[in-house]
This record gives sequence, C-alpha cells and structure tokens, in this order.
Amino acid sequence: MYLLMLRIRKFEEKVVELYPAQDMRSPVHLYIGHEAIATGVCLNLRKDDYVSSNHRGHGHCIAKGMDMRLMLAEFYGKKTGYCKGKGGSMHLVDPENGVLGTSAIVGGGLPLAVGAALASVMQGNERVSVAFFGDGAVDEGSFHESLNFASLKKLPVVFVCENNFYATNSHQSARHSNNDIACLAEGYMMPSVCVDGNDVITVFETARNAINRARSGKGPTFMECRTYRWKAHVGPDCDVEKGCRPREELDQWVKRCPVKRFRELLLDENVLPESEMLELARQVDEEIEEAVIFAKNSPLPSPTELYEDVY
Amino acid sequence: MDLPVDKVESTRASGPAAEGKRTRTYREALREALAQAMERDSRVFVAGQGVDDPGAVFGTTKGLAERFGRQRVFDTPIAENGITGIMIGAALAGMRPVLVHMRMDFLPMSMDQIVNHAAKWRFMFGGRVNVPLTIRCIIGRGWGAAAQHSQSLQALFVHIPGLKVVMPSTPYDAKGLLLASIADENPVIFVEHRWLFDQSGYVPEEEYVIPIGKGVIRRKGRDATVVAISHMAYEACKAAESLEKDGIDIEIIDPRSLSPLDDELIFDSVKKTGRLIIADTGWKNCGVGAEIAARVASDALGYLKAPIRRIATADTPTPCSFELEKEFYPSSEDIIFTVKELLNKSPLSPQPYRR
Ligand SMILES: Cc1ncc(C[n+]2csc(CCOP(=O)(O)OP(=O)(O)O)c2C)c(N)n1
Ligand SMILES: [Mg+2]
Repeated sequence: MYLLMLRIRKFEEKVVELYPAQDMRSPVHLYIGHEAIATGVCLNLRKDDYVSSNHRGHGHCIAKGMDMRLMLAEFYGKKTGYCKGKGGSMHLVDPENGVLGTSAIVGGGLPLAVGAALASVMQGNERVSVAFFGDGAVDEGSFHESLNFASLKKLPVVFVCENNFYATNSHQSARHSNNDIACLAEGYMMPSVCVDGNDVITVFETARNAINRARSGKGPTFMECRTYRWKAHVGPDCDVEKGCRPREELDQWVKRCPVKRFRELLLDENVLPESEMLELARQVDEEIEEAVIFAKNSPLPSPTELYEDVY
Repeated sequence: MDLPVDKVESTRASGPAAEGKRTRTYREALREALAQAMERDSRVFVAGQGVDDPGAVFGTTKGLAERFGRQRVFDTPIAENGITGIMIGAALAGMRPVLVHMRMDFLPMSMDQIVNHAAKWRFMFGGRVNVPLTIRCIIGRGWGAAAQHSQSLQALFVHIPGLKVVMPSTPYDAKGLLLASIADENPVIFVEHRWLFDQSGYVPEEEYVIPIGKGVIRRKGRDATVVAISHMAYEACKAAESLEKDGIDIEIIDPRSLSPLDDELIFDSVKKTGRLIIADTGWKNCGVGAEIAARVASDALGYLKAPIRRIATADTPTPCSFELEKEFYPSSEDIIFTVKELLNKSPLSPQPYRR
C-alpha cells in the first residue's frame, strides 16, 4: 500500500520535473494530493474488475496495475505508449487491467462504468466496476443519469467522487446548490458515505465494504472522498501565486499529506521500519528512471499511422 | 461473424424482384434481423424507450421481450446521454448493444456520448478497444410532426470520423444492413424512415449482410444520375416512371450507407450521364448532398454537362401546417422538374441556392 502511494507520488513528481523541458507535449492534470483514494480503492479490486476514470487519471491507472513506462511513453507522444501516441496524458486505456478508458469530458466516464457493470450482470460474472470522477462531474446530467440507472438495476458499481472542492478555479460552493455530495446519492437509494480522502486506511476499508457489497449482488455504493489537489488544475506549477486559491487553504491540506500521514502511521505502529521505507523509495525511483529512459528512447509514430485505428 | 454477403442485383424501388419470393415489410425485416441476431449471439441485446411496450417502436421490436426476456430487451429511463454511455460501457465489456430511439430528434441529447466517446474510443486509445454499438433511430415526415419530431440529422453524424451512418430504403437492405451494423466492430448510426415501414419487398429468411459502404444502382439510365437517400429513393423511382414517358432516362443510385460512402459508384454513374442530382431527406446547408457534390466536383468535374443540383428540405425548421409541409419537403415533382431543367443547361449556368 505504501509502495503504491509512493509510486503515484513519485511518478507525478517526475512529471513535474520533466515538464518544463517542453518536450512532453500533452496537458497534464496531476494527482498529487489525491494518492490515498486511488490506492485505497484499487487495492481492493481484482485485475479484471473495471475502472473508468477522468482527466486526472494517472493515479487510477498506476493503482490498477498499468505500466509506468508505457504511460510516460504515451505522454511523450511515442509509438510505444499505451495508445500509440494518440491519447496522451488525458487518455489512457488498458483492457487487460480492466481500465475502460479515461475520459476528459467531465462526467463522461460514469456511464461507462455503469455499462460495464450491466455487462457483468448480463454475462453472469462477478466483475465490479468503479467510476472515479471529481466534484465537477456532479454538475453534469450524466452523473445523475448514471446513479439512477445503477441503483434502478442494482448494478455492481462503486461511485468514487474525489471532492477536491474545485473544478478548475471554480469552488464547489459556486456550483452546487447542495454541498453535501454524498447526500445527493442517498436520494438515489444507495448507501452513501463521506470519508477523509487523505486517510488511506479509511478509504481502503470503506471501499472494501462497497466492493464486497457490489460483488455479492447488493447493488451500487457511493463514496465521497474529500481531498485537495496540490498543483494547478493543469500543468506542473502551483496556482496559488495566481490567486486561484487561498495559500492558507493549500497549506492546511499539505499538512494533511496522505503519503506523510500513512508513513507516520506505519512508523508509529512499528509496521515498517524507516530503513525499509528508504529501500522502497529507492526501488520506486529506479522504476521511474527506467520508465523515463524507455519513454525518451522510444520512437515517434510515423505520419501514416494517423490514418489507422479510426475504424 | 460469417454471414453470407448480399450478391443480389437490386434494381427496383422495393429492392430485389419479389415475384414468387418471400416478401416482408420494412418493419418486419427490422424485427427479423433483431430476432436472428439475438438468437445467434447472446451478446446482442436491445434497449431503449418503449422497446418492450405494446407499441414496440412502431412494431419493430414486437414480441422480442417475450421471446428473449426482459433482461435482454428492456425499457430505459428517459436519459439519452447517460443510457448511450451505459451502452458504450457494455460494449467495451464484451456486449453488442442495440440502442433504439423512436425519433432521431432525441439523438442531440446524447451527442456527448456518441461524438466524444463512442466515435473516439478506438482511435484515441490506439486501436486497443472498440465500441460495437448500433444506434437505431427513426425519421418521420408529415402529419404536423413539426420541428422537434421530424429531423433528418444524418449530416451531423456523417461529419464525425469514427462513426458509420447507414440509411436503408428497402426491406431487403433494412435487414441486411441491420445485421451488418450489429456485426460491425464500430458504432453505427442506423437511420430508418417511418414512411418506409409499411413498404414490402423481397426479404430472404436466412441471415445475410449488406456490406456497409456499398451503394446500389436502383435503376439504370443514361440522361442524369439521381443519388437518392432513404425515402427519397422512392420519390426518385416515382419520378423515373414519369420521366420515362417523356423519353428521359435517369439512373438512380441509393448509397444506403453515407459513411463510408460508395463514391466510386457515384463517379462511374456521373461519368456516364454527365448530370448529377442529389436528393436527400435532410437539409441542404452543409448536408450530405453538399459532400457528394464536392467529391464529384473534385474527381469527375470534367464529365459534367450541367451544374450539380441538390434537392433537400428547405433550410428552415420543419413546420406543422400541412400547407407549409408541402413547401418544406421535396418530392418526386422536384426531381422531375430539376432533371428537365438540367437537360437544357450548360455546365456554367448559374445555380440558384434556394429551390
Ligand atoms: C463537459 C466538459 N466541460 C468542461 C470541461 C473543462 N474542464 C476540464 S476539467 C474541469 C474541472 C473538473 O473538475 P472536477 O471534476 O472536480 O475534477 P478535478 O479537476 O478537480 O480533479 C473542467 C471544467 C470539460 N473537460 N468537459
Ligand atoms: Mg474537483
């Protein structure tokens, strides 16, 4: 669990480091600050369980078992990337790991997870679907349409709303008539909880119950996970200098860093000694270095590939 | 899937010659295709508003819910965009959904999932996934249906790479194209015309597919080419009978599929006749006729003996009053008038934009 959180954090930090070189030409929406959510949820999933995700999807993809080398190659527009350079940072897919595809249309991914869950029921298998989306998706009709249908048909879906209180620069209070997102889901007659999205153990346990419930045919569950993004909406910089958000607000949330909190817990409880943590960090650094080298050394697609894969 | 491919030369308005053969209506042909696809392939299912009610989408899904169960033939909430996305998700997870809309006018509600998701999923992900989804929708005409229950929006979808668009005009093509659409690995917008539902023609009992992207010559002729889409193929056939009495011989091409378009078939015909008219059920402005005209102008301009003409609905929303409907909708009369006019024109005579 600690390894996975570290992997996500360090992967995104590497993107921050590489991005200013201007050769990774794809808009990046970084997951830093949200790590406990993808980690806590996906560690409960089987390889063939489905996940739909959004523009801020790197963490979900890593947590679902995707290969960081192929992800980075995709960000660099390389032929060896997950989508042969046609998707970029916002569009990752991996059918082998159940990743249905990340949609950069706000709210676009929810129905896909519901549809995959419908297929699971029709096919009589036990696969569960998880939809990851932001508080922005709650504004969209597809959110309500998806919750209603999933509950109506008692489908094996877990809705995971990563509420970081902002959609670009727009605060939740400027957009939602009811700021209690979890409460909206109750209106669709499904169990719904609001948890601290920076506490990986809580997320893990809540998700475990929700996923077990889905797998045993009892229908969908809704999880609102409150968290905060550390970087700008898009790109490697921080946006507080631009006045997008109050600095004190960011500072408060950085103090509640999900990775740091989990590390402290592990140390306090003597679960993992510091030396092993350092070893894990070294291992992750190595993986990421290897991914960077793979991505940078990979060939670009040839122009004629543009015309492939339309149909 | 290995369904036999249609080889029948179909040169009549109602499709291949029906004498002494099995005939079915367009609506029955659609229902038969759905039933056979579901019978053979457990991945196929049918969803949409009213598919399991007594009306059964103008009878096209009648009996399917009883026969295949309400798990595979089911009503949906009135949530077109969400439901379209749910069908895409099911398709990604190995199913082959057929989503049914009573009217094409409801498709704009699901534009996001059709255009931003279904059409993009294969390309955007480098060909690693695909969306085998069929979206049936129906256009109508007349009886004061007015602006929100009559639209022929095919051009909107033809514009989008990643989608296929078909518009069968005969019972034979309705069955063969629906089976082809369900078997296709891509999202297909399948556009039906209500005025065709009662038409009957030859429909073989066994399964067969009409290849998507292959047009058909409905009538051979030498004086002018009329590319006629969906219901306009019938109007063109009516026009041909009348023109024949005046010694004028038109060739009618039914493209059947608008995306991909069988442009070779059209070019070959224009090279022979030197005159081109496109009769569409939709609007003229940026419509399918405009695209066909542009392709012919690019590839076969030197063969044209007269300007290209488009016959389409007036560039206004659909009116209710039957008096205004008469003005709005084109008919065989417009085709007759335009053919005669073109026979007396030189290639450089000006073409008024409005009818
Ligand atoms: C339909 C649609 N409208 C607008 C946008 C532009 N946009 C991209 S991300 C975003 C904010 C999304 O906020 P949220 O869902 O809370 O996710 P977060 O970025 O906070 O993780 C917006 C408005 C979009 N991509 N899609
Ligand atoms: Mg947000």
